[in-house]
Order: sequence, then C-alpha cells, then structure tokens
Amino acid sequence: MSSLDRRSFLRTWGMTSAAIATSLWGREFLVGPKLAWAAEGSEDPLLAGRPLVRYPGKTDLILLTSRPPQLETPMKYFASAITPNEAFYVRYHIPPPTQVDLSTWRLKVTGHLDKPLELSFDDLQSKFPRASIVAVNQCSGNGRGYFSPRVFGGQWANGAMGNAEWTGVRLRDVLSAAGVKPGAVDVSFNGLDQPVMPTIPDFVKSLSVSRIMDDPNVLVAYQMNGQPLPMLNGFPVRLIVPGWYATYWVKHLSEITVLDKEFDGFWMRKAYLIPDTPCGCVEPGSAPAHTVPINRLDVRSLMIAPTGGERLAARKAVALKGIAFDSGYGIQEVVVSTDNGASWRPAQLGKDLGNYSFREWSLQWTPPRMGRYSLMARATNRIGESEPSEALWNPAGYLRNVVEHVDVTVA
Amino acid sequence: MNHLQRRTTYLAAVLVLATAAVAQKTSIQLPPDNPLSQIKSGTGDDAVRKNCSICHSTDYIVRQPHLSAPQWDGEVKKMIGVYGAPISAADARTISDYLAENYGTVSAESKKTEAGKH
Ligand code: HEC
Repeated sequence: MSSLDRRSFLRTWGMTSAAIATSLWGREFLVGPKLAWAAEGSEDPLLAGRPLVRYPGKTDLILLTSRPPQLETPMKYFASAITPNEAFYVRYHIPPPTQVDLSTWRLKVTGHLDKPLELSFDDLQSKFPRASIVAVNQCSGNGRGYFSPRVFGGQWANGAMGNAEWTGVRLRDVLSAAGVKPGAVDVSFNGLDQPVMPTIPDFVKSLSVSRIMDDPNVLVAYQMNGQPLPMLNGFPVRLIVPGWYATYWVKHLSEITVLDKEFDGFWMRKAYLIPDTPCGCVEPGSAPAHTVPINRLDVRSLMIAPTGGERLAARKAVALKGIAFDSGYGIQEVVVSTDNGASWRPAQLGKDLGNYSFREWSLQWTPPRMGRYSLMARATNRIGESEPSEALWNPAGYLRNVVEHVDVTVA
Repeated sequence: MNHLQRRTTYLAAVLVLATAAVAQKTSIQLPPDNPLSQIKSGTGDDAVRKNCSICHSTDYIVRQPHLSAPQWDGEVKKMIGVYGAPISAADARTISDYLAENYGTVSAESKKTEAGKH
C-alpha cells in the first residue's frame, strides 16, 4: 500500500469506527468523527490514527488510554509559549480522584520534623509568601512513539509536554515552617490518586532534602496560568519541579513525608530509570549495566510551523516557527537548516519568560524553488548542551532529544 | 478608621474573596473506556478482555507497537509479577499467544502483505 493509500484507508476506517463510537459513547466525551491525522505530521498508523476525545476540564486531546486517562496535546497549541490549561496533556498511572472537597482537604507534612503540619487550602494561600514561575512540564516518555527500535509504554508523539505559569508556595518555606530535623535525607510525595488493587504500588515520588532546600523554584502550586488547576492536571495542588521531568511533579499532592533515609518506593527504584551513562543512552536494543532515576530535562527544539507534509509556495516568504527549552540554564541559540543540515542560520528568539520556560523562535524563509525540503532546528543552551543529529536510545523510551525533521513540499 | 485604613481593609477583603473564589467541592465524571480501544477478535480474546481490563482499559494493549512474542510474554509476566494481576497460568498462556498473534511482529508483517493485495 502506498503511504497515500494507507492514509486514506486509515481515515475511512477511523471515521467509521468513530461514528460507531459516538453512538455508543455519548457526545460529551468523544469528539467524533474528528481524528488527529496528518496534523500531527506522522504516517505511522499508531501515531496518526489516534482519536480526539474530550475529558472534563479539557478540550479535544489525543487519546492514548481512557482508564486511567493519558491524553496528548495536539502540536498546534505550542504555537505560543504558554499552553492553555484546557489543552495541557494528561498522564496518570493509577486513577485520578474524581472529587475533592476543599473544606476537608489537607496537605499533610509529616516525618522527620520538629512540628508536623496539616495545611488547609487557605493556609497555603495565607501563611506563606506567594511564588510564581513559568516552567515546562514534560513527560519522561515524550516522543517515545518515535523510538526505533520501538519500546512498550505510552506511544506519545511530541505533545506530552506543556508550559505554564505555576503559582503557589515554595516547598522549602513549607519544610522550614515544619522544622526539618538534622539527618533528613529524602522527601517523598504522595497524591490523592489511588491504585485499583492493593498489589499495585501507589504513585509516590521523592526528591532529596538538599535538592529542595537549595532550589527556590520547587513549588507547591495552587494555580496554573492564574486559574485553579484542572482536576486532570492535579487539583487542588501539585508539585512543581522546574527543569526536571514531569514524573516528579506529583498531582493532587496530599502527603509530604520527610525521611531520615533514602526513599525506596517502586516508582523511584524500579521505574523511571535511565542508563547511568553520560548520554543516558545505550546501544539500541541492549540493556544498561547500571541505571539512575531520571532527572533533568534534555535540550529540545521543535518546529511548530510549518507542519510535516505541508505544501508551501515557491518564492513566497514563510515564517518557520517553534519552541525550544532545556533544564533551566536557558536557551542560548536556535539554528535552523532548510537544506537538510548542509547550512544553518540563527533564528530570532522570542520573549524571554524565564530559564525554565518554552522559548519561542522564528525565522523567515523564502523557498527558492519547487521540490521537497527537510527543515530542521537545533537548540543550544547556555552551558553548551544541544541536540544530537541521530536519536539516542534507551529501553524505556525516555529523554528523547534529537534534531527533528519537518518535511515539506514546495510547489 | 480613617479613609486610607478603610480603603486598605476593603482591598484586603477583595483579595481574600478573589483567592477564595475556588469552589469548595469540585468533582468530575470520567468517561467509560473508549470503544475505539477494543481489542481485535481472535482466539483467546475473552481471556484478554476479562484479565487485562481490570486495572486499565484495553487501549493499553491496542496502542502499543507490534513487538515480538517474547516481549509480549514478558509484558504479561510483568503484569502478574510486578502489579499482582490475578491471572491463572493457563489464562496467561492464552493471553500471551493472543497478543503475539494479534499484536506481534509476525502479525504486523503478514498484515502488510495482506494490505498489499488490496
Ligand atoms: C493488577 C493490575 C493490572 C492488570 C490486571 C493488568 N495490568 Fe497492565 N498495567 C498495570 C499498571 C499499574 C501499569 C502501568 C500503568 C502506567 O504506567 O500508566 C500497566 C501497564 C501496562 C502496559 C503499558 C506498558 C507498561 O509496561 O507500562 C501494557 C502493554 C499492559 N499493562 C498490558 C497488560 C496486559 C496484556 C494485561 C493482561 C494480561 C494487563 N496489562 C493486566 C496494571 C495491570
């Protein structure tokens, strides 16, 4: 089957099943028969043939799994640096809470402390100084769907990420108020999400005490872009760990426990591990000898316009646009190639919203003549980290960063 | 209270109201499993539906890449060994075979040739 045949086959198949689905499923949730097609620039049936669905508090997002929900943000929302709350991706390991009553909700701060605390939602807002930061939240497995050889796990394209202004209180202020005792080592974080069976490990993550006390940007956030958090992004409060992968950004945060030893929970010791090599990678298809918990974000740049497969006109200027981000050193430069990597030109960087934020970039380009073009962007941060031209590999499908190609036709 | 004090009190009250504007009770209703995520019919599909949709929807299966029979078998063993899936040894075999047949590398290949015929 040619790729065009395959696409129209998929489209027909998708429309039929979406029509059936709508009749079974009720209109609120399934936004049929629209499907996330070529807009996501992929011909891979797993990535291209995904339905759009609407969950509470969310707009049409790309379905990975229904229960627990994993929903991806369509790439068009990254045309501007701030991701709207309703378009922000959703990723659960175990089912989210469906109800929160703020009159009884408390954030418990317990463990190796002088005076453990139980904070109400009002306490958080009135007893601690308010702090805000714009920061990228990116799933460890963002881009896993592009891994080769492929690996099990959520087959995300590049939309398991978002950038928002998070407002709340500094975690270190909360811990200081509770009085961390000498000898404290790790702090664990648990949320209101609950496993469906007791044999499934509850989703609990940890950070070291020094990681928290040294970093004023680690927040307990009660607002996202000036609004309460959508339930499916962690209402009423979530942990914000700027520069680190989203696995640490515990949603529906309800228990903070200070430990006098290393935390050894499943989701720190057995999952979310990367090869303990400088690149976090191994020979494709092989297993790492040693692993460490995933931590800070790799440098990435993504072209948002034009999209893959788009047709452009010869000798007519277009704006090549996208975003870049890193783990908080800040983006130094983005260079763009329109000739498959033979030459590179610096793009113009957009407004600086802080080191942890998406940074917009753009470059005017006039396609000189008809033909096929592979467009690329490469970002470098302020400590010289960049993106490799060939994708690196690890068995869990984490840390994707590579100079991505956007193939367009000039006609 | 002088004018300035009154004004400050008023502003403070407005601020308290503004920050307290979050509703006390918030709830959502989650949709049922998406019908587009049904597994293919084939030998053993009942065992898969029964055992593999206890903890999560079957789109965990249908949206995975087509991997090898040993990889699928490893995945079934992981569900049992790591997450405590209550699945009998007999069902586990049936499920592994079903997955290799319907979502394995071999089936992906044969599908390509089949599709080529149309
Ligand atoms: C006891 C609960 C339980 C049962 C029963 C269960 N799973 Fe899972 N499964 C999980 C959990 C927990 C995850 C991890 C969820 C996440 O990270 O989103 C998971 C994830 C997966 C994944 C994604 C890849 C991965 O390893 O994280 C696949 C594929 C999968 N399950 C297949 C199956 C199959 C096939 C069956 C039937 C044999 C099954 N599951 C039965 C709990 C279960």
